[in-house]
Amino acid sequence: METWSLISICVLLGLTTRWAVSFSSYSGAGKAPMFGDYEAQRHWQEVTYNLPVKEWYFNTTDNDLGYWGLDYPPLTAYHSLLCAHIAKLIDPAWVELHTSRGYESASHKLFMRTTVLFADIVIYIPAVILFCFYLTDGSSKKKVATALCILLYPGLILIDYGHFQYNSVSLGLALWGVVGLGLGWDLLGSLAFTLALNYKQMELYHSLPFFCYLLGKCIKQGLMGKGLLLLVKISLTVLVTFAFCWWPFLSDPQQILQVLHRLFPVDRGLFEDKVANTWSSLNVLIKIKTLLSRDTQLLLSFALTLLFILPSSIKLLIKPTLWQFKLALVSRAKVLLIVNSSLAFFLFSFQVHEKSILKLCSVLMFLFLHLISFVCPFCLSYSMLPLLLKDGLLLPYVVTSVAFLYLGVYLLSALDRNVKSLRLCDVFLCVNRKCALHLVFLQFRVSLVAMAGLSFTSVVLEPPARLPDLFPVLVSVFSFLHFLALLLYFNLVQLTEPPSKKGPKKTN
Amino acid sequence: DFSCVSIAFSTFNVPSVIKMCNLLKPLYHSHSTDFEVHRNWLAVTHSLPVSQWYYEATSEWTLDYPPLFAWFEYGLSHVARYFDKEMLVVQNLNYASSATVLFQRLSVIVTDVVFIYAVKECCKCLREEKGKDQLGKPSFILAALLLWNFGLLIIDRALLFSILLNLKHIYLYIAPAYGIFLLRCFCFTQNNADGSLQWKSFSLFRLVALGSIVLSTFAASFGPFIIMGQLSQVVSRLFPFKRGLCHAYWAPNIWALYNIADKALSILGIKLKLLDINKLPKASMTGGLVQEFQHSVLPSVSPLMTLIFTLLSILPVLLSMWRRPNGARGFLRSMVICALGSFMFGWHVHEKAILMAILPLSFLAVESKEDARTFLILSTTGHFSLFPLLFTAQELPIKILLMLLFTIFSFVSLKKLFSKHGQLVNSLEAAYLLGLVPLELICEFIYPLTSWQHKLPFIPLLLTSVYCALGVLYSFIRLYLSVLTAADSRSKAKAQ
Repeated sequence: METWSLISICVLLGLTTRWAVSFSSYSGAGKAPMFGDYEAQRHWQEVTYNLPVKEWYFNTTDNDLGYWGLDYPPLTAYHSLLCAHIAKLIDPAWVELHTSRGYESASHKLFMRTTVLFADIVIYIPAVILFCFYLTDGSSKKKVATALCILLYPGLILIDYGHFQYNSVSLGLALWGVVGLGLGWDLLGSLAFTLALNYKQMELYHSLPFFCYLLGKCIKQGLMGKGLLLLVKISLTVLVTFAFCWWPFLSDPQQILQVLHRLFPVDRGLFEDKVANTWSSLNVLIKIKTLLSRDTQLLLSFALTLLFILPSSIKLLIKPTLWQFKLALVSRAKVLLIVNSSLAFFLFSFQVHEKSILKLCSVLMFLFLHLISFVCPFCLSYSMLPLLLKDGLLLPYVVTSVAFLYLGVYLLSALDRNVKSLRLCDVFLCVNRKCALHLVFLQFRVSLVAMAGLSFTSVVLEPPARLPDLFPVLVSVFSFLHFLALLLYFNLVQLTEPPSKKGPKKTN
Repeated sequence: DFSCVSIAFSTFNVPSVIKMCNLLKPLYHSHSTDFEVHRNWLAVTHSLPVSQWYYEATSEWTLDYPPLFAWFEYGLSHVARYFDKEMLVVQNLNYASSATVLFQRLSVIVTDVVFIYAVKECCKCLREEKGKDQLGKPSFILAALLLWNFGLLIIDRALLFSILLNLKHIYLYIAPAYGIFLLRCFCFTQNNADGSLQWKSFSLFRLVALGSIVLSTFAASFGPFIIMGQLSQVVSRLFPFKRGLCHAYWAPNIWALYNIADKALSILGIKLKLLDINKLPKASMTGGLVQEFQHSVLPSVSPLMTLIFTLLSILPVLLSMWRRPNGARGFLRSMVICALGSFMFGWHVHEKAILMAILPLSFLAVESKEDARTFLILSTTGHFSLFPLLFTAQELPIKILLMLLFTIFSFVSLKKLFSKHGQLVNSLEAAYLLGLVPLELICEFIYPLTSWQHKLPFIPLLLTSVYCALGVLYSFIRLYLSVLTAADSRSKAKAQ
């Protein structure tokens, strides 16, 4: 079948799944007085529409930061403002100051879901398609299969259309950044990524790779000639974009500080809820939260994060210099780095939310070069299970995960018989590659069974009275172990990658 | 062959996924009554003694399917007990707890699995050419076409539990085809050299076997009711002729066109002062409820007339099949025509009935170019005519997306399959099908914003029915012609 029709079918499938999931409940539905993320988004529309910019991030009589105060960068606020204008046209009661708190209705839900879908269609989906077609290798069938898997990734769908968020915007923008860099359009890439950063500060996870790659590229081109020019252009782009986004806040340093304070709430402690994070898992054994002071916690997490990112970042800094003309390899290395830094950030960072794992896994998608990396996205949506259960999203979770798993394993194994890309031999020190493959698949199946079992028990059984959080903790620890293994594996892959024997593919 | 089946299965899972996503609607709207209908039937069969089943009238949705289905619901109700006892209380009208919904949807999915199995078996019967790429294999396309059948997904009920289970008397539509075919092929064990009938090979034994099977099935399902003397009540429930000529939303059949013609003529008559407006009956044919009404200008249509028309329409094809049955394909073809004929001329036809014609046609479409062409036209218009069944704003994206999905897939895959034989649909047909897009835009988006929405709210439905009726009629004629010309060419070959 022709590719265009296959692609349109994939997109339609993705959209249909998204909309089908949107029928179900959202975060905090009917749970007064605080409700959930859905109410937070609605509240931001209310705040941005009715209050002047100066007051958005401050605690005033009209703006109670305790009730879902804005804690994303300005671009989110502008997006909410835009949605609020549209909401006002349809039904002003949705964004009335104060009185619209906790507003819930079928038509409002429809409106909110539509805004998510629209953002998806405009930003995320085109980026995915472009990425699959220009930055992945393989037959066109494989590209389509990859696109399908990415579009059907349960985690993103469940969070954006179930729980309710706009992750597709920031992820899409970041992806545009990757596409830009991959195609050699550095300025566009930097612009897109800066916008992504200004939409959700979690994109900082991915900022280091972008930085290292671009810097490395500039160095490679010679800091005295073209490289310097490129560096200046990129820096200008980034700075102008930042200025543009933060324009209303630039007049007063107090504003900037307050916004930063809201974005990085160091007061909230090392972690919240049960996250598949080092700290959370460690907490099971040693009560870190109470043992160390807040400042120590901060320093420790910062240090460890940096420690884990350093090897891969340095590698990328050097790499573009050596391989910069091998476009495919470079972008792959860059993407590998993205994985590593995201993982490191997630695992060791301060105040990490489960949803941050989305950043990570969506990038992992792009590594469908490896079959082994398929475990990861699946595991990641699994790690959000407690959150999903709270929102009443069990059924969508089960259905989408099963479908995704089936599709991914079937399609990709069918199309990717050639598993040379697997670096299993090194990892498992197996002489026989077949043996290594079997090991991997065995581990995969074991993990799957364990996850399924744990999911089932979380739902059906009641935890013992002494350990009320038993299941969420088990889920997060289990996921954490997987993530840690992934981190080590990917670091290994990246660092031990031998020089390719192929000739230069493209010049920059 | 394994790859066919595995591919088929991989596609089957996705519709189930979507169906399960549809499981997520917290509360089914009260307008979309299928849910409530089934809940009521579960309750009735579970709580009341058999003698009461066809007399029960607490809910407006009375049991109007044959007894076998009632037994099926009875069996289901025993499982339902474990989900939520409350749904089985007859008085709980419009009861819809999440457990209830879950149960209903699960039962649909389970029956879908049976359907999938049946399709899989059919797949195996098709010839496969070696060397075609996987997506192009007819069986895959067929499987995908069947399982993705937009109509099934939308209607959300496995209308065809399996080709063999006669649970709903909508199957009466194709009973003649079945009957004649079985009679012809089963009871007459041998054909002449040219395929025509050999009277001498009539096997009485087989006729008796066939007859007894049929009669005993009927006896098993209707038996208790005949003993109780309730047969007439059952029949009156099964065939409610009190309901009007057309369903609430006009099925795109001949009578839709007939109604339109009648309306147009009456308006014309009033304008030209030929008719007196006071003498005409109040026009409410297109209100959302089922009512009896009279036609104003053209003669009114009675149930008997529709029956006669239906029989007349399917007689030629039955005769042709009698004289020269063409094996499974001939049977399928006559089945499609019977279903379409009953759809076109039947009394109080529901739009869902179009699926009865489309699904068997899928089998034929992957084998012959002409049939593929007819299939494309019929399925697109048929599915489009189902749109009014889902009318909430929430469901709008879903129905559009699914329709697009199915249409793109069927067009592209069938085109690829028959790429060597030239263009699949000619420009006139293509223009007609493309015309569905502006039609949808007008009906769903533009019309509600105009002032006419309040005065004449039924116009979009009317437009949809009439436009689709043209397509369905065209497909019907094409199919008929294909059967008759095939018969002609065979007789010509025989004569030479």
